[in-house]
Order: sequence, then C-alpha cells, then structure tokens
Amino acid sequence: MSFTLPQLPYAYDALEPHFDALTMEIHHTKHHGAYVNNVNNAIAGTPADALSVEEICYNIKDYPAVVRNNGGGHFNHSLFWTVLSPNGGGKPSGALAQAIDDAFGSFEKFQEKFNAAAATRFGSGWAWLVVKNGKLEVGSTPNQDNPLMPDATCVGMPILGLDVWEHAYYLKFQNRRPDYITTFWNVVNWSEVEKRYAAAL
Amino acid sequence: MKILSIFMGLVSLTLVNCKATAQQPTTEVKQKETIHQFAPLPYAYDALEPYIDKMTMEIHYSKHHQAYYNNFMAAIKGTDLETTPMINIFNNISNQNAAVRNHGGGYWNHEFFWNVMIPNGSKVPTGKLAEAINATFGSFDEFKKQFADAGAKRFGSGWAWLSVDDDGKLFISSTANQDNPLMDTEKRRGTPILTIDVWEHAYYLKYQNKRADYLSAFWNVVNWDVVGANYDKAIQ
Repeated sequence: MSFTLPQLPYAYDALEPHFDALTMEIHHTKHHGAYVNNVNNAIAGTPADALSVEEICYNIKDYPAVVRNNGGGHFNHSLFWTVLSPNGGGKPSGALAQAIDDAFGSFEKFQEKFNAAAATRFGSGWAWLVVKNGKLEVGSTPNQDNPLMPDATCVGMPILGLDVWEHAYYLKFQNRRPDYITTFWNVVNWSEVEKRYAAAL
Repeated sequence: MKILSIFMGLVSLTLVNCKATAQQPTTEVKQKETIHQFAPLPYAYDALEPYIDKMTMEIHYSKHHQAYYNNFMAAIKGTDLETTPMINIFNNISNQNAAVRNHGGGYWNHEFFWNVMIPNGSKVPTGKLAEAINATFGSFDEFKKQFADAGAKRFGSGWAWLSVDDDGKLFISSTANQDNPLMDTEKRRGTPILTIDVWEHAYYLKYQNKRADYLSAFWNVVNWDVVGANYDKAIQ
C-alpha cells in the first residue's frame, strides 16, 4: 500500500485573493506530490509500507531522514489543505473557543502567539496549534517535522498548521512573511479545526 | 562619521567641563564604529539575466540581505562584536545567540554569494584551482555534479559550498539555514571559495519548485576569477 496525493477539497483558485491559484497548484501538485512520491519510494518493500503516515511519524526515530522529511511533508500538507477553506475565517466556536480562551486568555492573544511562532521560525518549517495532555499549545517545527514526532520541537496532536516554507507564499508575498501570516486567518476552516480538537480529546 | 563622533566627543567634554567641579572626572566616552558594512551589489539587478532574474536579485539584495544586515547590527549593538571580524565571530559562533548566528550568517553568506557571481563569467576555472578540482573530484564535470547534488539534497533552507580545509584540500558541503563552513558548529570546517544559496527565496520567482534547474543555470554566472583568487588565498 503506498500513499496517494489527496485531492484538494476546493479548486486551486478557491482561496483567492488570499492565497493565489498558481501557488496553490504548484504547492499541491509539485511540492506535496513530490513528498508523496519520495516517501513511497523510500518505504517500498519495507514494513513501513503497511503503516499509516501517522504511525510512521509516531516512530520516526526508526526511519532514515528521507522518510522523516517526505513522510512529514505528506502528513503536514494533507492536514494543511483541510484546515483551509474558501468559506473560512472568523473565529472558532463552542468547546474550542472556550479552550483557546482558557489557554491563551483570548482569541486575539492566541493569534498573537501563533503569529509569533510562524514569524520566528527561521528557515523552513511550520507553526502549530496542538492538543497536549488535554491542553492547547502553540509551537513550531523546522523543515517537515511535525508534532506527532516525539523528538519534535513542538509535540502533541496538531489541529491547526501553517506552512511557512517560502514556497507557501513567495510568489504572492515574497519576503513579507508577516503579510502571509495575517492573510492566513481569512481562510482558516474553523469547523475542521473544531472537529480535530474534539477528536484529539 | 568619525569626524562627527570626535566633534561630538569634544562637545560633550566641553559641556562636562563647564559644569565640572575640581573633583569630577572628565572621562570621554568613545563612540565605537562598527567594522561591518553593507556593501553595494557588485553589478546591476538585471546583470545575471536570464539565469537569475532581476526581480529576484532586487528583492534578494534589498530586502533579504538588507534585513539580515539590519538584524545582525541590532543583535550586536553595543557589544565587542561590532568591531570583531566576521571570521572570528564564526570561529566562536557556538558561544553566540541564535540572532547573531542566523543574521550574522545571512549577512556574510549573501555578500560572499554576490561576489562569486558575474555576468558573462569565464565558464571554467583555470590555474591552480582547475588542477585542484581535477585532482580532488576527477574532472570539472564530476565536481559540478557533486556540488549541484549538495545543493539539491539540502532539505529545507540552506547553502552549498566549495571550501578549502586546514590541509589545503578542497571539499564540498552544505549547511542549514544561514550557517556556513567557517562556523565552529559545522562538522567539516574550512574556508569557503564558492557558494550557492538554495533557500527558496533565491530562485522561487523564476524556477518555483525546480531547484535543479536553478542549480544548472548557476554555472553560467559563476565568477571563476574570484573563486580562483579565493582558492589561492585560502591555500597560502
């Protein structure tokens, strides 16, 4: 069993004018597509071939760098597409809204913390909102590491992720990563994040 | 600038003297000037077309490189590092904070990168460097292959390098983010003589995900005269 590139749950231009169609298309078909091909080639004929990408991430120390990088890339991008939506933006509601207030003081304070994690990740990587021991935390990881990996710089069950590799924003925002981060909030699919929060508990 | 700070020093000395009683010391606080300068790009933004496009060069130099310089200056403000040569800072980078390492590296790496490129370069190395490349890698083509491979395989952001080690031997390596082979955190250390930036910002506007195409195009703009001079200096 090998991994397949998931369909985007919306058209490439669906997130315009926030995220541009060309970036979405290259990001999905080329970058994510390459991670899927590379991890498949790396695990072909090994016991990992029968595992889920989550199981591989949980035991990442058992694998070489090529599996870590490309398996991580596959998991991270698969999550990323689902937490974006053309009907996104606004604020979370229900239990997640309450949990954000409890953990960070307010939604705005949470955003500030998340923005800082995304802006200060030097080089390539991701910013995350995770559930750890039932509580929400914000963090970031380098390259294609993710919070499922026990040795990551941010550990827990990821429920929201933001790609801050330059390929995620350079065509539209160039060096202005903070503008990309601000724009991101317009397309966050909070109902998906709420679902992931409930499942993580 | 120097004249101005001497003048300001005299003014403050005079002010102190006006108010001074016989017991008050009149020590002058020296204004140190940093030795680290933001050098001009050695050619026009469009000089490396069509291999490296004008817009990439402009943003790369005026935004990315400038930001590394500004952030580095802010990180070392008021410290001895303002007057410490970069090579000495890198020699002890393990004792510095992340801001000095990341932005100091970014400042130095980019300036070095601009200088190993030129429009209409000589295409091949000559002299002692050409001999050393053949002796180390077998041929110039084999060297190019290994150097491009180092650039292609650097996962995430970073740089590929050709350097000279303490024994005068050439070696290829790649570094993460804004690290470089002068840093004491590197497994294999040496004096860089050639580099290529493989952060996505170095090529994304023109090449997008096709980093390999950018690595091939790079050979058209290498300044082998400078790389050869870097080599001659490194083996002295």
